[in-house]
Amino acid sequence: MNMFLNDYVLPTAIIVAQILAIVVPLLVSVAYLTYFERKVIASMQLRKGPNVVGPFGLLQPLADGAKLFVKETILPAGSNKLLFIMAPMLIFVLSLIAWAVIPFGDGLVLADINVGLLYFFAISSLGVYGVIMAGWASNSKYAFLGALRSAAQMVSYEVSIGFVVITVVLCAGSLNLSDIVEAQRTVWFAIPLLPMFVIFFISALAETNRAPFDLPEGESELVAGYFVEYSSMTFALFFLGEYANMILMSAMTVVLFMGGWLPIFDIAPFNWIPGPIWFFAKISFVLFCFLWVRATFPRYRYDQLMRLGWKVFLPLSLLWVAVTAGVLVSFGWLPNQVAG
Amino acid sequence: MIIQALAFYAFAFVAIAAGVMVVASRNPVHSVLFLILAFFNASGLFVLIGAEFIAMILIVVYVGAVAVLFLFVVMMLDINFVELRQGFMDYLPVGALIGFILLAELAFVVGAWVVSDDASLVKAASAPVAAEISNTRALGMILYTRYVYLFQAAGVILLIAMIGAIVLTLRSREGVKRQRIADQVARNREETVEIVKVQSGEGV
Repeated sequence: MNMFLNDYVLPTAIIVAQILAIVVPLLVSVAYLTYFERKVIASMQLRKGPNVVGPFGLLQPLADGAKLFVKETILPAGSNKLLFIMAPMLIFVLSLIAWAVIPFGDGLVLADINVGLLYFFAISSLGVYGVIMAGWASNSKYAFLGALRSAAQMVSYEVSIGFVVITVVLCAGSLNLSDIVEAQRTVWFAIPLLPMFVIFFISALAETNRAPFDLPEGESELVAGYFVEYSSMTFALFFLGEYANMILMSAMTVVLFMGGWLPIFDIAPFNWIPGPIWFFAKISFVLFCFLWVRATFPRYRYDQLMRLGWKVFLPLSLLWVAVTAGVLVSFGWLPNQVAG
Repeated sequence: MIIQALAFYAFAFVAIAAGVMVVASRNPVHSVLFLILAFFNASGLFVLIGAEFIAMILIVVYVGAVAVLFLFVVMMLDINFVELRQGFMDYLPVGALIGFILLAELAFVVGAWVVSDDASLVKAASAPVAAEISNTRALGMILYTRYVYLFQAAGVILLIAMIGAIVLTLRSREGVKRQRIADQVARNREETVEIVKVQSGEGV
């Protein structure tokens, strides 16, 4: 009995505690990201933003959550009920489980697996199913069109993200995210791989369906796109999933290009600050850029969006993979070289 | 070890059940979703035998790309479900034959693996590296050295298949207006704007 306790119960309890330690702060961040977004965009548009609920409007996200919670859940009569309910759950779950491999600091990672980057890539490529299922199960034209747009868009930009990730892996010599961060001790990959950094950031915008690539939700043409039929908590799950995905893509940008938990310069005042705080500061900066882009640029036209993905980013990132590999091999800079 | 065993039976059972449902479910969209579930469980089985690279690639390639296209096509089809069910008995012998051939081939593979004279050689050839090397690197080391020609051949075949698919579906249509971004960017004021002095009452 005691052995059973030590072998099974205790490890399970520890893992559950670790998961909660990631998920609870994440959900709080998601709530306050919506507040942050409204405040930032309000400032850029010379408005005040939410300022009524609580001091400086700080309780606004909670009020929004409570409002969504008490609303009625509506299941459209012609919908495919099971898939209709599964879709938002799928999106929400996928936006949470990818966090298992994100390193918050030196050794601060839930699952330090060898193929962390591939795991992230696999999970992010599944997000499209939630969208397609939602659009199809709603049995509504707007929702279906939104879902088709979104699927095409996510699949297109996934390809260039894949090539960008390959260049990073070439430079780091590992698929493990902690190793990739450690490989950036001398210089962040954002500097030698600057074009890839820009492509990754723009592709992340497209991948999370954010402005200026928010065609799937285009409210002026498709009402709200794939989640037009959703209400109450099912809608809230889409919303939480979308914002959690934004934070996730920012975290990946930080891990792949901005040195993860490493300080900007490894000298006295900077390396006093602990790693996780650097990590969160960098994520906040990237998130601010997400919001900044939203407040600045008009929406793309759909054919231009596809052209950008397939005809600009894909050849460019493919070329850069070849160039990176060539440079690494010819200068003998390949990391983790296998002898012989 | 008991957890691994339980996980194996769970993955294996769900994979087979999902495979049955792919064939049996009435709605083709449900079939595709069950196919995805089957892929997932197969990938779980790969993780259990320690082949995490292949597990992830299976999800990225099959679930993330191939099945999305399946789902796309199946959703866009206008299918009469009753009509689809008709002729089930006509196709049954053909399906059974294909199933039997696949089963027989699988038996040959397993036979070569277990009972043939070179069985130990076959096993040794496929597991050449020590356990402390991550299997991503192990795969790379064997793929780019021992099997490099086969690997290149597979790449060329895929390239040809891709070009073939494009050639088969490409048709040039007359009178299609296309946007030329380069031309638009290259426009300057002189060739697009003309300032005309217009006499009042005469027009241009």
